[in-house]
Amino acid sequence: MTTLDDLRAALGGDEKVTEDLQRAADDPGAVAALFPAAGRRYGRGPLTDGWTADEAARALLLAFLPPEQVADVYRYGDTAEKLAVLKALPLLPIGDAGVPLLEDALRTNDTRLVAAALGPYSDRLGQEAWRQAVLKCVFMGVPLKSVHRLTERADDQLGAMLRAFALERHAAGRDMPPDALALLDQLKEA
Amino acid sequence: MRIFDPHIHMTSRTTDDYQRMAEAGVRAVVEPAFWLGQPRTNPGSFTDYFDSIIGWEPFRASQFGIRHHATIALNPKEANDPRCRPVLDLLPRYLAKDGVVAVGEIGYDSMTPAEDEVFAAQLALALDHDLPALVHTPHRDKARGTLRSLDVVKESGIDPGRVALDHLNEVTVEPARDAGVWMGFSIYPDTKMSPDRMVEILRKYGTERVLVNSAADWGRSDPLLTLRTGEAMLAGGFSADDVDQVLWRNPVAFYAQSGRLDLSDAAGTEATFAGNSILRGGS
Repeated sequence: MTTLDDLRAALGGDEKVTEDLQRAADDPGAVAALFPAAGRRYGRGPLTDGWTADEAARALLLAFLPPEQVADVYRYGDTAEKLAVLKALPLLPIGDAGVPLLEDALRTNDTRLVAAALGPYSDRLGQEAWRQAVLKCVFMGVPLKSVHRLTERADDQLGAMLRAFALERHAAGRDMPPDALALLDQLKEA
Repeated sequence: MRIFDPHIHMTSRTTDDYQRMAEAGVRAVVEPAFWLGQPRTNPGSFTDYFDSIIGWEPFRASQFGIRHHATIALNPKEANDPRCRPVLDLLPRYLAKDGVVAVGEIGYDSMTPAEDEVFAAQLALALDHDLPALVHTPHRDKARGTLRSLDVVKESGIDPGRVALDHLNEVTVEPARDAGVWMGFSIYPDTKMSPDRMVEILRKYGTERVLVNSAADWGRSDPLLTLRTGEAMLAGGFSADDVDQVLWRNPVAFYAQSGRLDLSDAAGTEATFAGNSILRGGS
């Protein structure tokens, strides 16, 4: 998995980022203004391994903050900022403190936030909440490939929930997404 | 006809409206923060609302191929409630967002001392954040409110070219034009301004620095009155280029002054929603 060091190295050539990170290191209070402006300051182009420049810089900025301030950045973030926080969570030394942020994202109806909540940090999400989240993805049409460790974590209870959902869809004359059917097949075999 | 509605309260509108707007050629909107029918009583009520107009609402709009930006402010009516005033301290967080293209709606409702103070403070925020300002003119005592708003704008030191004075009419357009601010007109079913009256104003004052919006909200209003105004302009002898200037290029020019207007994919001649052309309203 990509680390903060990888992101720092990938952004190394950008003087503005280097300067801003130094500012944030000297005064973590500077993050409040730098974080929302990341897209405008560092660009939104692809950087490394599925990360864009603004996402990477945002992850590095968050690393200067204690957990409660990471939550604050998320609370007041627009969608791009919230997505960047969710993506950075598994890289930050904050233990379980980010779980309420996943729960917040999973309560939304924004498919991007729901998908982002199911990245590697979702390992810390309880099994019950995780099953509901996977079912919500199927319901909303979020591709199941966004779900971290899907096949490892999927259990019989998730299978039962998906089968019940498939019955409802069938009764309504509607299809199940192919990735959900594939998951059901896998659970049948196990 | 491509349409940019520079002032519309989409949180109050249904997905049917989005669908009809997309079909009519609306490709971009700006949603100014304002009051809801029910007065708010605390700052948290504002921040949830701000989150909605920079988060959920752009997502909803995007499902119809419409680009959504917002303006953020404490509106003049609620500026009078001391329970709401602390939201002023939270505004800088929101004025830093990519999708926020102006400070607004600010201005006057009843021209109270509290409104004076909050109006001036927020023009200062516009200067601090290098953002344009969207100024609402009062519905009651409008002529005096317009003149007083222009005085406050002048006193603030903000470049008048970065200010839009909204909800103007035949009586208030001239002082706004003379002050060098952008002139906003809200086309309403029966009240503020109608498409035909708008055409007369454009004949008299020209198409420069004019913004036409629907200001559609939770009251009786119609998000397609921008289109109707474009049609009335064409019927009244204006060229397609004049219509494009008023309904697209002018609002783009005004909000582009924020440096944050993102119209990638929205400005082209082809726009599709779910694979279908959304340009059924005409060229």
